[in-house]
Amino acid sequence: MEKPKHSGSYWKDNLVVVSILLVIWFAVGYVGGIFGIEWLNGFKVGNVGLGFWIAQQGSIFVFVLIVIVYAVWMDRLDRKHGLGGDR
Amino acid sequence: MNLSPLLLAVTDPALPWTWLFVGLTFAMYLVIGWRSRVKETSGFYVAGQGVPAIANGAATAADWMSAASFLSMAGLISFSGSDGSVYLMGWTGGYVLLALLLAPYLRKFGHYTVPDFIGSRYYSETARVVAAICAIFVSLTYVAGQMKGVGIVFSRFLEVELMYGVFIGMAIVAFFSVLGGMKGITWTQVAQYFVLILAFVIPAIAISRLLTGHSVPQAGFVFSDISERLNNVLLELGEKEYTRPFTELSRLNVFCITAALMFGTAGLPHVIVRFYTVKNVRAARYSAAWAILFIAILYTTAPALGMFARYNLVKSIHLATISRIVVGSENGETTFDFPEKKDAAWAAISDARQSNPAPPVIYYLISTEGKPLDWATRWQKTGMLSFDDLDRNGVISLKLNEDKKSEQATIDKDIIVLSTPEVAGLPPWVIALVAAGGLAAALSTAAGLLLVISSSLAHDMYCRYFAPHASEAQKVMIGRIAILLAIFVAGYFGINPPGFVGEVVAFAFGLAAASFFPAIFLGIFSKRVNRAGAVTGMIVGLVFTLVYIVLCTSHKVLPMLFTQEILPKEQWLFGISPQGIGTVGMLLNFVVTIAVSAITKPPPPEVIELVELVRNPSGSSSATGH
Repeated sequence: MEKPKHSGSYWKDNLVVVSILLVIWFAVGYVGGIFGIEWLNGFKVGNVGLGFWIAQQGSIFVFVLIVIVYAVWMDRLDRKHGLGGDR
Repeated sequence: MNLSPLLLAVTDPALPWTWLFVGLTFAMYLVIGWRSRVKETSGFYVAGQGVPAIANGAATAADWMSAASFLSMAGLISFSGSDGSVYLMGWTGGYVLLALLLAPYLRKFGHYTVPDFIGSRYYSETARVVAAICAIFVSLTYVAGQMKGVGIVFSRFLEVELMYGVFIGMAIVAFFSVLGGMKGITWTQVAQYFVLILAFVIPAIAISRLLTGHSVPQAGFVFSDISERLNNVLLELGEKEYTRPFTELSRLNVFCITAALMFGTAGLPHVIVRFYTVKNVRAARYSAAWAILFIAILYTTAPALGMFARYNLVKSIHLATISRIVVGSENGETTFDFPEKKDAAWAAISDARQSNPAPPVIYYLISTEGKPLDWATRWQKTGMLSFDDLDRNGVISLKLNEDKKSEQATIDKDIIVLSTPEVAGLPPWVIALVAAGGLAAALSTAAGLLLVISSSLAHDMYCRYFAPHASEAQKVMIGRIAILLAIFVAGYFGINPPGFVGEVVAFAFGLAAASFFPAIFLGIFSKRVNRAGAVTGMIVGLVFTLVYIVLCTSHKVLPMLFTQEILPKEQWLFGISPQGIGTVGMLLNFVVTIAVSAITKPPPPEVIELVELVRNPSGSSSATGH
């Protein structure tokens, strides 16, 4: 097993990526789908309230995007720092 | 229920199709299982770490979408309306946590099991054993639900007794998992994903076209007037509007249950283990992306299906007329045609109740459109649907009484997905497809869980402590024996289920959230958290959650000791339901872990080095077993 390179800046960048994505995750799931649901229900998507839609469908679409963005973003970060070079 | 041929006289047109589909898919699983048989432990536990990202994504999706996702979830949403989002957001949102916070790092770590990680990171055999026991416990709770799901499908669609259904399911799982281990399981799960997703989506599309005119259920859900129609129908019956939040659960409980499901999903060992099977960290991230894409297809269809199913069910049963009642008693069955023999039927039911409080009574119904409801007759035979025309007027009403209860029909939530195609009058082959899909969902998850149980027993405990010098061949043999043992235990729980499928699974998530998530997460993201902290944290989280669940459900989990719950609903801690208590258990775990770590010695340098290693994505393809 190769010796780990000490790469503090990679880890910091990684934490930034993860934090940004988790803030979106929290905002959509907990704020949009639970704490702000009644208020958002005042707006409509098609024939249903926005809050209801976020809680039952919208949040899932956003979650999918978060995981895809994470995979691509981290891939770039790896390359920038010259890590993960065993592909 | 023991029913005579008379009661079984309504034949099911889907039966031959079901045998065909179930037979074909099972044959496919057997062939795949045979072709992926393995000889070495790395193949047995992590499929040789050579599974492509997209295939691993499909396998993860199948592993992760259980009998509960397939059979119960749409039904739970159907009956809880807006608050059903706890399952949707909980399970998919948890997946985000898994993909971002755990999967890539655990893949880099590269050993076989979660207890392996815990044991190495916390340099403690005790931690490893505690983690292995937690893994076994969580997995067993979860696998029981899968086996019950298998039993339901068999008893309803193949008219095989639940017990034999569970036996057949056990035999199939045993075949490919004992032979192929993780490799067999992975490739079977890839096939099972496609079976289950087709089986879920095809009927949903058909129903969407029927009720909304949209071919895409997700669009029909939003852009048609179905939600308004359903809201109006429910209001007429005295129920709450479907789309209004916090009717079933308080806001706090929606929050707690969602969080428990999220952090529990992330901590479920059988899903985490899936990421060990890919080539490197990069592949782990992409395979997580594929998996959530595959999962989202089912998860965005489910709320649409739930809404359509509720509308369909209410519309077809409400105000249906009774055409005939069959009453079973000690002297055999008697048939009463309606309306002529109406009074005689009521008298016979009262008589039968004298000796048996719940005598077999089957209602034959005619819908308001004049169509006989054969599906209702068939479901009554499974005991999951029953009627009682209390006002004796020969018409079934779903109107709620003063206590806000529906009295004339009792509908088990688990039948929603399975019955919807029949209720909607879809062709028999669609119904058969759903049965095959339900089995695929249950078997794929069961297989993944059984592997975790077996690896915890064989790899983390037995081989380590009792047979440390065993050869590769012996280790694989021990793994196979452990998996077989686990299958028998799972089968026992499938036949004597500890409770309602969805509920049992929800508890497993709470337990996983309270025990695993903080230990793994802090193990990667903190260099300061140490052995003493993690072990006490896991124990406190798990014990607290388990005790609370048992106190709230004592009459269900220990029926031989208790006739009612020790902690009734009115005395719940801050009103938090046992399903959501895992969130509190997890917070306790975090607090205890961090506090105890802070006042004890920091971990040794080699552990700090391990954390550095896990955080670095390079070189993971060289990571292997021991």
